[in-house]
Amino acid sequence: MDLDYSPDERVFRDEVRGWLRDHLPAAMRDKVVRYAPLDRDDLIGWHRILAQQGWIAPSWPREWGGTGWNAVQRYIFEEECGYAGAPPLIPFGLAMCAPVLLEFGSDAQKRRFLPRIYRGDDIWCQGYSEPGSGSDLASLRTSAVRRGDRYVVNGQKTWTTIAHLADWIFCLVRTDAALERKQDGISFLLIDMKTPGITVRPLPLMDGRHEVNEVFFADVEVPLENRVHDEGKGWTVAKYLLGHERMNTARIGTSKRELERLKAFAAAQSKNGAPLIQDPRFRDKLSRVEIELMALAITNLRFLDQLRGGRAPGAEVSMLKIKGTEIQQALAELMLEAGGPLAQVLGPVEPAGNGAPADDFLAALAPRYCNMRKTTIYAGSNEIQRNIIARHALGL
Amino acid sequence: MNFDPSEEQRLLAASIERFVARDYAFEARRRIVASPEGYSQDVWRTMAELGLLGLPLPAAYGGFGGGAMDTVSLMRAIGGALIVEPWLATVALGAQFIARGGDEELRDGSREEQRQRILPAVAEGRLKLAFAHAEGTSRYTLAQVATRARPAAGGWVISGSKRAVLHGACADLLVVSARTDGGDSDSEGLSLFTVERDAPGVAITALRLLDGTRAADVAFDQVHVAARALVGAAGRALPLIEEVVDFATALVCAEAVGAIESANAATLDYLKTRKQFGVAIGSFQALQHRMVDMAIEYEQAKSIALLACSAVDTERDAAARSRTVSAAKARIADACRKISQESIQLHGGMGMSDEVKVSHTFRRLTAIAQQFGNAEHHLERFAALS
Repeated sequence: MDLDYSPDERVFRDEVRGWLRDHLPAAMRDKVVRYAPLDRDDLIGWHRILAQQGWIAPSWPREWGGTGWNAVQRYIFEEECGYAGAPPLIPFGLAMCAPVLLEFGSDAQKRRFLPRIYRGDDIWCQGYSEPGSGSDLASLRTSAVRRGDRYVVNGQKTWTTIAHLADWIFCLVRTDAALERKQDGISFLLIDMKTPGITVRPLPLMDGRHEVNEVFFADVEVPLENRVHDEGKGWTVAKYLLGHERMNTARIGTSKRELERLKAFAAAQSKNGAPLIQDPRFRDKLSRVEIELMALAITNLRFLDQLRGGRAPGAEVSMLKIKGTEIQQALAELMLEAGGPLAQVLGPVEPAGNGAPADDFLAALAPRYCNMRKTTIYAGSNEIQRNIIARHALGL
Repeated sequence: MNFDPSEEQRLLAASIERFVARDYAFEARRRIVASPEGYSQDVWRTMAELGLLGLPLPAAYGGFGGGAMDTVSLMRAIGGALIVEPWLATVALGAQFIARGGDEELRDGSREEQRQRILPAVAEGRLKLAFAHAEGTSRYTLAQVATRARPAAGGWVISGSKRAVLHGACADLLVVSARTDGGDSDSEGLSLFTVERDAPGVAITALRLLDGTRAADVAFDQVHVAARALVGAAGRALPLIEEVVDFATALVCAEAVGAIESANAATLDYLKTRKQFGVAIGSFQALQHRMVDMAIEYEQAKSIALLACSAVDTERDAAARSRTVSAAKARIADACRKISQESIQLHGGMGMSDEVKVSHTFRRLTAIAQQFGNAEHHLERFAALS
């Protein structure tokens, strides 16, 4: 048994690391590590740099721009990007819509959408959750009624991340409400966000940032050719996507970087005249998180190794999601704790106040702590992940 | 043993409940937080009319002579409705220094004059106070003060910087800690002074805090104050600071109980009304057990908060008092963390939204967990006093 990467894998890792050192713009990295808000230009800018290098869609088939990397190489690449402080890639086009098109899309759909996703021409968002349908997604009620060569869509999606920046949305809609099994009447539609009848309303979160939205559909006309797979097969598509979750869901690389940042930050804070990081109580908590992360890094590699044969991941992804998000939250909480009482300050009431210049990093810690609470809720809450493990791995 | 409130306390609680229901619904609070001042002058006037501003002040100076126990229903309401008016800063901190400071030095009449000048004005809502104490590196250590006051003709000259002074921007009068002697972390050599907000050399920068309340950074550049501005005994203020901060800490524990009660009620309601898979999510045993743990957490938090309020009212031994207050604050900090995080998680995405109250209660509970010292700080203090 060897717990480390093979020599070839290490060469690959060093190549990726070196490339990131040379090509990740310092200004972008700086925003990421300072928890500054990323705008459309940051997100798309990094996407285009990777596209130019040919590394934007490693898991796609080669004919569409994939790299041909194996699962371990893809994992190494994603972890290195997280560790280096690269902006997160918007997953809705690259990692969600594209795999669906590759599996179920027509040739025309592939030719129309995949190159644009690859180049970063379009930003996509995901129309899944509705006010009454979160964990119970199959109960969704947004309707699509066939009228001639189009569907007419009415209803509401919610918690729609970056809908305010998106050019396209892929949606689960109900095309047949009469069927007994609610999963059977669902279809998968691609909808241009510029279509008349779509309204996007910001849904402010408690950290004050604009990230998610409500999306309303009022008699929105969608051409039939924008349906992926057969009518009524939307649930099959959605389930395929769930099984396609990436193996970097634990975000080991990002958490390693955050841990290093936390150590440096805690070393710069003082408690009773000594660096906070030397305080045994703080040190113990920090060490517990570090140890959990060390174990999870190996767990992640073990799961990856088990999947080399090509078996689709199942409960493993749920376990990685649960532990990964718990670690991310613990790191954000320790960062807030290290900031002490002054980390409660969001900023001056008058932005152009004549007081001391605001410490942006310190001021970002509390909103970030708030924001990170979402990680155990989104992408299948950790409770739903536990249900999946109980049912599929443990047979309960 | 008698855990029933007195008739007086019961009537007070009822009038506070009416005031909150009428003036402090969630939408009203949202408007107050967004206003330029960050608090409501109307609400402040109402609090004065209800006698809430004089509740724990001596009867001889326009107050009701109550203790921490008498404020429990008010603190519950402040926590439950997330009231952002400067009650704690003015009444539980600022005015307590004036009321409690330096009995032994009353002979020259200056202390009496100070109380007559300040306390009735506080009770009537004409004067707001703040306690300018914490500094850039002091964290939660009360003795860590670098601000200096040196004697000058007819009084003192104060120089230094105070950080994130609770309600420091709306206060008319600041109670400022400064060293008249000793090194930056010595327990001896601390003194307290009253400083007018518009005194020459005072620079105030208003700040917004995570929980929607306001604070201020306050810089003192060669600020002259008169001899009568001294509060308590020169050079021996630390025991008074610890006494008053213990009092305010016990009250914040009682506030946390109100906030926990509110978060639990909202979460329980959500579990009963939110339907997924055709049933209320509260029918899932995994969630039931978590809600039960939250209910137990509330009971334990309430008990330890009452213990702390009783201790600051009746315990004459300072070390025993501080030990009980630290026990309460350590336990309350843990409860704040657990309840705030669980209430969001059980609300799902809805809990992340700025539009629901529970996300605001989350922020206040997060703030309380570290206000006047986090769990680790108070565990250390509890152990050191045990």
